[in-house]
Amino acid sequence: MKFITEFRSSELAEGLISQIHRKSKTSARFMEFCGGHTVTIFRYGIRRILPSTIDMVSGPGCPICVTANADLDKAIALAQIPEVIIATFGDMLKIPGSHSSLQEVKANGADVRMVYSTMDALKIAEDNPGKSVVFLGIGFETTAPTIAASILQAEENGIKNYYVLSLHKLCPPVIRAVLDSGEVKLHGLICPGHVSAIIGSHPWEFIAQDYGIPCVVSGFEPLDILQCVNMLVAQIENGESKVEIAYRRGVRPEGNQQALKLMEEVFETCPAEWRGIGEVPDSGLKVRKEYQPFDAEVAFDIDPGSPYEPEGCICGDILRGVKTPLDCRLFGKVCTPESPVGPCMVSSEGSCSAYYLYGGDFEG
Amino acid sequence: MCLAIPALIKHIEDREAEAAIGGITRRISLRLTPEAKTGDYVLVHTGYAINILDQEEAEETLRLLREIAELAEEEG
Repeated sequence: MKFITEFRSSELAEGLISQIHRKSKTSARFMEFCGGHTVTIFRYGIRRILPSTIDMVSGPGCPICVTANADLDKAIALAQIPEVIIATFGDMLKIPGSHSSLQEVKANGADVRMVYSTMDALKIAEDNPGKSVVFLGIGFETTAPTIAASILQAEENGIKNYYVLSLHKLCPPVIRAVLDSGEVKLHGLICPGHVSAIIGSHPWEFIAQDYGIPCVVSGFEPLDILQCVNMLVAQIENGESKVEIAYRRGVRPEGNQQALKLMEEVFETCPAEWRGIGEVPDSGLKVRKEYQPFDAEVAFDIDPGSPYEPEGCICGDILRGVKTPLDCRLFGKVCTPESPVGPCMVSSEGSCSAYYLYGGDFEG
Repeated sequence: MCLAIPALIKHIEDREAEAAIGGITRRISLRLTPEAKTGDYVLVHTGYAINILDQEEAEETLRLLREIAELAEEEG
């Protein structure tokens, strides 16, 4: 068991596809919340092999894409402080803020370093005692515990020049906001697998109970997605709405308690601004007072000015699931991965990037 | 962004481990999965093991999918 190739078997996929076609009678729209799922769906052409009864729509589950320009501008402003080293995951570099990007300020001399892990950022802080290292804390519940762990480690090791700009976001509250907007009618939700590895499956119960929408937690291999769709179809045809886990090898109903404990220790919930969705209560995480010495918002005086949204970009509508990249007049013309206007074209998990790269699915 | 990949734990030292990911060996943190043991497969996200993969559940899922495939073939 290697946990990868086994879940890419075309023979087993054919069985699932055949069962989905046989069972699906009712027209239904499923949202895959997570950008990682969007990539699997497009890479393996899954939209095209599903029956015409099933319509798939992508959701707001790309942390970089949903980061508001006002927050991106803070990161870019921090990068321009002379004694600051910015440590960030690679996807962030090219994301355009209101007036610039981290890549542009780096080209002009700012010290911006791409890291694989917060552990690398801590090492940079230890190696550069005269500098302040700011890690850009962008991510969902999957990532937040790893960043909490880095703050705890900095405290234990007496590292005093390590800071986090906490722009973390939480998934269940934003799904509630999307459903409450009533803009997009959903009949099933493909719940994010690695967010659920941390939070478990219980936090999705309100969607099945209060909104009557079937929920299935999926993994990221093609068989995982097909199995998830098959389970959603079964719920719909049986008139049920409950939360199930298709990704049982990686997700337990109770989640990862140790990770949740660390996250709770370091962070508390706060309102957060989501691109295209606006402010959502209790959907963000900020550093608790006890760990304030590590909070970049407290340690630095950041004034990035007023945010500006690029004209014509519909990333916000795409993130809410009400439009697709094909509805955007900039898509593929003015806005490309080489010269992106909006974040959904930059992030490898953005819808625009997926549509652009796996073009065969355009009619999807 | 929430990408996490399976890795096999080779050797544990304190709260870190050497783990095989694809063909390479990486140092990962076990801070979020202190119960992980040598020989376990874990899901690694940004250098941290975020969960231990459950081999029995994986085999059960594949058994179920094989049943579905056999059924589909019979019904042709």
